[in-house]
Amino acid sequence: MSEPDVQASDEERAPLAATPASTLPRGEAVPPETIRGLRPRRDPVRVLVGAAALAFVTFGLPGMIDRFWLQIVTSVVIYSIVTLGLGLLIGRAGMVSLCQFLLLAIGAWVALRLDFATSLPFPLLVLSAGVVTGLIGALIGLPALRLSGLYLALITLMAAGAITVVLRIAQFPNGGGGFFGNSAAGGASSRLPRPAIATGDTAYFRYCIAVAVLMFLLALWHVRGKPGRAWAALRQSQATAIAAGVNVTLYRLWAFALASFMAGVAGALLAAASGGVNINQFPVQNSILLLAVVLMGGVYSLGGAVVAALLLRLLPALLDDWGVSTELLTILFGVGILQVLLTAPGGLVDQVPKDLANLGRGLRRLVGPRRAGDEAPPP
Amino acid sequence: MIEVEGLTVRFGGVVPIDDMTLTLSGGTCGLIGPNGAGKTTFFNVLSGFVKPVAGTVHAFGDDLLAIADYRRARWGLRRTFQTEQAIADLSVFDNVLLVRENTEGGRATQRRDVMDAVAFVGLAPEANRRVGTLGAAQRRLVEVARAVVGRPRVVLLDEPAAGLPDDETEHLGRLIRRIPDEVDASVVLVDHDMSLVSACCATTAVLDFGKLIASGTTADVLRDEHVIRAYLGTEEEV
Repeated sequence: MSEPDVQASDEERAPLAATPASTLPRGEAVPPETIRGLRPRRDPVRVLVGAAALAFVTFGLPGMIDRFWLQIVTSVVIYSIVTLGLGLLIGRAGMVSLCQFLLLAIGAWVALRLDFATSLPFPLLVLSAGVVTGLIGALIGLPALRLSGLYLALITLMAAGAITVVLRIAQFPNGGGGFFGNSAAGGASSRLPRPAIATGDTAYFRYCIAVAVLMFLLALWHVRGKPGRAWAALRQSQATAIAAGVNVTLYRLWAFALASFMAGVAGALLAAASGGVNINQFPVQNSILLLAVVLMGGVYSLGGAVVAALLLRLLPALLDDWGVSTELLTILFGVGILQVLLTAPGGLVDQVPKDLANLGRGLRRLVGPRRAGDEAPPP
Repeated sequence: MIEVEGLTVRFGGVVPIDDMTLTLSGGTCGLIGPNGAGKTTFFNVLSGFVKPVAGTVHAFGDDLLAIADYRRARWGLRRTFQTEQAIADLSVFDNVLLVRENTEGGRATQRRDVMDAVAFVGLAPEANRRVGTLGAAQRRLVEVARAVVGRPRVVLLDEPAAGLPDDETEHLGRLIRRIPDEVDASVVLVDHDMSLVSACCATTAVLDFGKLIASGTTADVLRDEHVIRAYLGTEEEV
């Protein structure tokens, strides 16, 4: 294994400190512009297909479905921002949070109250909701500096419970005005006025897609950049990260803050969606559901967030439409999560393409002549 | 130049380092001793993972123990781990970049510094490969590259040759010998491979049960009868 090292050495062993820029020992084997850290293979076909799919969903889809399904896909888009944040937290930073669903409520609350108290434009409302929720999330993440795994999950679940209690006491959101959004009549929902450019349902759907795309770019920027590398070190071992000079406290809290920022942004968007938000929308157990779909979707790739949001919002609506009891969903998710944990840590987004490829190979073998090169698909 | 005075570490009733006073001069110093002698604990004190109950550590005049653990890399303290800890999910380049971007030095020379360090250990052709796909010897080299990138002042190598075949160890030894001059950093080498230690280190200190039992030029130390009794056994093959 030392062969390449020995061969490459003569030229490269120029003194490190005194190497002038012109004679940098960049091996001939690797042109400098290709050295840019590990990149997933980005073949242009996939990028094109992705862009085409996005364009279709944005411009084609709203014309093909009725108002009900448009609301559903809008909420899929909004929830994909939440699952994106939680996926980053779990897959990249290696920490678990069970309070993201309740942070969604916080985001909605902040946006609604800010709208009540100020005349901020909609994008700033969304941003402020994200920032405030991010700060609260970082506070909840403080125990993560000492705890991890199950204990951290429990702490965040308790935080979720505490937020629920506060929401119950404050009777938020039930359609009223004022700081608490409290109306004596009760039972109604609160809705944030939409931006002037996106008052219609279709326009608002596109608006949400634009925000979601921004969030995915933000996530990508983090994953590919300095925070992504620091999180990779942290995930492997805290000692390694410290020895590399990584400020462990900062990056742990930053991961929590980022995930919570995204939840807050989604909360603000949700508050302006059709029907607004109401008090029955944020039960604690949904936090666990959220964790389940995020794990099922896949936490190691950003696409997993979209799959997770589809599982969370579209699947129940579909089952309902087909007349299947949505109670079945709990069982389905239970089986799904076992399946993912046991056989596909990369989640559905990673597993399905592989399974399809295996299936294709299997079918080819069934119908075609048996070739020596075909190996059995992995179990 | 590291000056250790009266250093004591206690884990409950166990005292892995007991009132240790030691000066490690520049260049490459060896640190040897039987298992449990306190070598790795000493490194962990330097890294900030273990807090001593007494004693001081000064490196190049700075009070090392007063610096926050993660800031010590920025100060210039680097280390490798006994069980190799190159980050499997990142490429070779990103592994080294991680250290460079979290320590001192401007962004202008960042890429060049990283590639210099990668080339220093001879991994330039593998720069884009994921560390998880490399062999054990190459992952060790990634750790060394992480230790020399930027402006290190003290490089701690904790059994870098553990588990390596002889030819890889020799290659590693050649690299280690180049560090003091070419990277301008002091090296402290812990290893059980006496031929590696004597090939790399001008001076060597010997620990046993948390106490310093000998120090001096490597050749003298390895002839010292206390050392032979405590560590090397009776065979004088060294």
